[in-house]
Amino acid sequence: MNIEIKNGRLVEPEAGSERTQNVYIADGRIAAVGAAPAGFKADRVLNVSGLVVSPGLVDLSARLREPGLEYRATLESEMQAAVAGGVTSLVCPPDTDPPLDEPGLVEMLKFRARSLDQARVYPLGALTQGLKGERLTEMAELHDAGCVAFSQPGTTMTDNQVLMRSMQYATTFGFAVWLRPQDATLSLDGVAHDGEVATRLGLSGIPVCAETVALSAILILARETGARVHLCRLSSAEGVELVRQAKRSGMPITSDVGAHHVHLSDMDIGYFDANCNLVPPLRDKRDRDSLRAGLLDGTIDAICSDHTPVDDDGKQLPFAQAQSGATGLELLLPLTLKWAREARVPLATALARVTTHPLRVLGLPPALIAPGQAADLCIFDPEAWWRVEPGALYSQGKNTPMLGMELQGRVRHTLVGGRIVFDSLS
Amino acid sequence: MSADLQINTAGKLQHLLTTEGLPSEILLQILDTARSFVSVTEREVKKVPLLRGKAIFNLFFEPSTRTRTTFEIAAKRLSADVVNLNIATSSQTKGETLLDTVANLTAMHADMFIVRHSESGAAHLIARNVGPDIHVINAGDGRHAHPTQALLDMFTIRHYKGEFKELRVAIVGDILHSRVARSEIHALTTLGVPEVRVIGPRTLLPRQVQNLGVQVFHDMETGLRDVDVVMMLRLQHERMNGALLPSAGEFFKSYGLTPEKLARAKPDAIVMHPGPMNRGVEIDSAVADGRQSVILPQVTFGIAVRMAVMGILAGN
Amino acid sequence: MTLPDAEQLVDRLAEQIRREATASVALVGIYTGGVWIAERLHRALGLSTPIGTIDIAFYRDDYKKTGLRAGVKPSDIPFRVENADIILVDDVLYTGRTIRAALNEIFDYGRPTSIRLAALVDRGGRQLPICPQFVGATVEVDLDRTIELRRDEGGRFSLALTPASAPPP
Repeated sequence: MNIEIKNGRLVEPEAGSERTQNVYIADGRIAAVGAAPAGFKADRVLNVSGLVVSPGLVDLSARLREPGLEYRATLESEMQAAVAGGVTSLVCPPDTDPPLDEPGLVEMLKFRARSLDQARVYPLGALTQGLKGERLTEMAELHDAGCVAFSQPGTTMTDNQVLMRSMQYATTFGFAVWLRPQDATLSLDGVAHDGEVATRLGLSGIPVCAETVALSAILILARETGARVHLCRLSSAEGVELVRQAKRSGMPITSDVGAHHVHLSDMDIGYFDANCNLVPPLRDKRDRDSLRAGLLDGTIDAICSDHTPVDDDGKQLPFAQAQSGATGLELLLPLTLKWAREARVPLATALARVTTHPLRVLGLPPALIAPGQAADLCIFDPEAWWRVEPGALYSQGKNTPMLGMELQGRVRHTLVGGRIVFDSLS
Repeated sequence: MSADLQINTAGKLQHLLTTEGLPSEILLQILDTARSFVSVTEREVKKVPLLRGKAIFNLFFEPSTRTRTTFEIAAKRLSADVVNLNIATSSQTKGETLLDTVANLTAMHADMFIVRHSESGAAHLIARNVGPDIHVINAGDGRHAHPTQALLDMFTIRHYKGEFKELRVAIVGDILHSRVARSEIHALTTLGVPEVRVIGPRTLLPRQVQNLGVQVFHDMETGLRDVDVVMMLRLQHERMNGALLPSAGEFFKSYGLTPEKLARAKPDAIVMHPGPMNRGVEIDSAVADGRQSVILPQVTFGIAVRMAVMGILAGN
Repeated sequence: MTLPDAEQLVDRLAEQIRREATASVALVGIYTGGVWIAERLHRALGLSTPIGTIDIAFYRDDYKKTGLRAGVKPSDIPFRVENADIILVDDVLYTGRTIRAALNEIFDYGRPTSIRLAALVDRGGRQLPICPQFVGATVEVDLDRTIELRRDEGGRFSLALTPASAPPP
């Protein structure tokens, strides 16, 4: 299908620029920018005056709940949520049920996703069998099946030797290792940041040192092994500083932060709002401000949604018993824009954290709106206000601390491979 | 994010969930009303018809005979109908959710729920999900709060010491795991007690506890100097397992209340304990049974204070 | 309208009681005005039994509507109600509901031989079959008004009319 996108504000996160230009799409690719190619006949014209045309969002962590956790959400609903949120590529963590430690499971997931023909899905393979932190997975086989990297999304494994060897093995093949820095024993039973709020509420705390102890071990072993490590979901000021120093010393590491963590602190738990039960926990305002500073100076490369749909039964429980996580695919864009506005950051710079930088983490070429590039686009209205409520979300997960809030930034059209996969009813 | 559930739009107490954030007027109203109920408990017919026709459900997800019995006695003395539900053995184990249990009971025309649960925030969760005519009293949720215990302790302090405004109060023991300690601290600071001290080893003090308005002491002899009220907390046996303490014996040596340590406090200082006591662990028998101990009166006052709470709530 | 002199009414009440009651009679005053009057009567009559004071807050019939008010005072009856001759003392007798509550409260202390009622002012408007044995004066008061007893620092009583805060129960 030939598509003409007229009068949009083209934002180039890579170049850091913005201009109003038309875009022409043919055969799944961008045929031209500015003037129509010779003999171009549009099958569909999108007049997007006033809207931003951006490369599609790349979400470094979105749980689709398949295989195994379909009672919480289905692939169909979450893939729909992704494109409704302007996400054209997403990475899904291996903590499914069973975990993605077998090539067959990965192939099935990729097949199912491909048949829906919406966003591109990049599965992460389990770093250890069953994610138990003991035995290595068949990383080469998993890579052939489609895994882009290998991960322990839960707490950092307790056995440092296994940690080191898994890095060594991954490096053999040039695979990246994605780790979430949280020491298992220091965070045992913890459900909230170990600080004044947890003290007042009588909640078991996860101290900052749970993150920094794990980070230190990971960084030292990464230096030892030369592994390419991506650090998932930083949460503390001290953690950001450790990553900053490591990057300054030239280590090939990258990091991300969850979109909710960019805005919220433990004070938002209020009187036990279980929607604020997140992993890692929301820490105090000082930590949150350091995360924002880290995003600004590049210590933190990307913002991801860490999309984790949980049903009502999982959240309507006393805080410590609730399932953790927040729905996020449809909030990634507005929360990124909110940060941009508050930090007075240009739109292109902010969008880079959810487009170009995530692609760099994945080792994929940058997102450009230029002839020959795949036509993965997100067209959105940056000014449109909408209320975060269950009816406004496609995801089966309605669990977000943002419920009831008004946010700015609504996706109007999403294109993947030159096909319009989402069209809002406007 | 959530507004204070406890106080309704008319400024009246709708639920009693925590002493935190309760204005001193409401705390004092409960204490003053409790005085009247003490005089009721001292006469032959210990009942008043105030809550006749009201159904009060004791929802104890965490077992406790003492507290449940106290609430039951208090409710019956108000002429209310009391239903005791020991949830640990009934529907909960069949997988019914907390809120489903509450919804079913509401359908049985409950007017008031008294809730004890092992998780912090349980009472708030229930209060958020009941209709406007139902009142919730938190009888203890995890480590978070035990407001009626704090209130009866405030009543006890006022009974023996008069004014709050010139007192030094020390709370000793496992503050980290104590819902009683948290509720006491909020009540004491709201009522204007100028010096609230917490005394314990570092492993048993929660992070940034001083932000609650207390002074922290690790040495009990120093911490008890010149205090007017000593509140001892119960030490649970499990604490030895989590690498928090080596032994009960060592704890008693440093933090147990003996006559010698008590001598550091003022000569007319009173000794309190929420019960049940571990003699020889946090408190020496000589002190528990001594002339400065008000541990038994605490129990009597507990009934009157709970009558006051129920009487005030049910009418709001 | 002119209200009667409260001091005179107290004297009148004392006279009536002196004629009818024995020296062993026990007075029970209802807070707050009834207690003031009971204290005065106790002195004037030279009674030996100490007065009882009751706050009927826990026996009212309007709890469902108005809840428990602040400032409830502890009731205290320091004599044996069992077999006692009691005179219940209140300042203003109106619908009779306060007296009904007071009777119920006294009976929870024991079974008296008799209870009689002394009211400083009877303003009529009864909604229950209650009548006083001793009355200072009968006064007609408009429905939109409340008549209240006041006591100054010197202990002198006076009556005043104020707009009613709520319609009678």
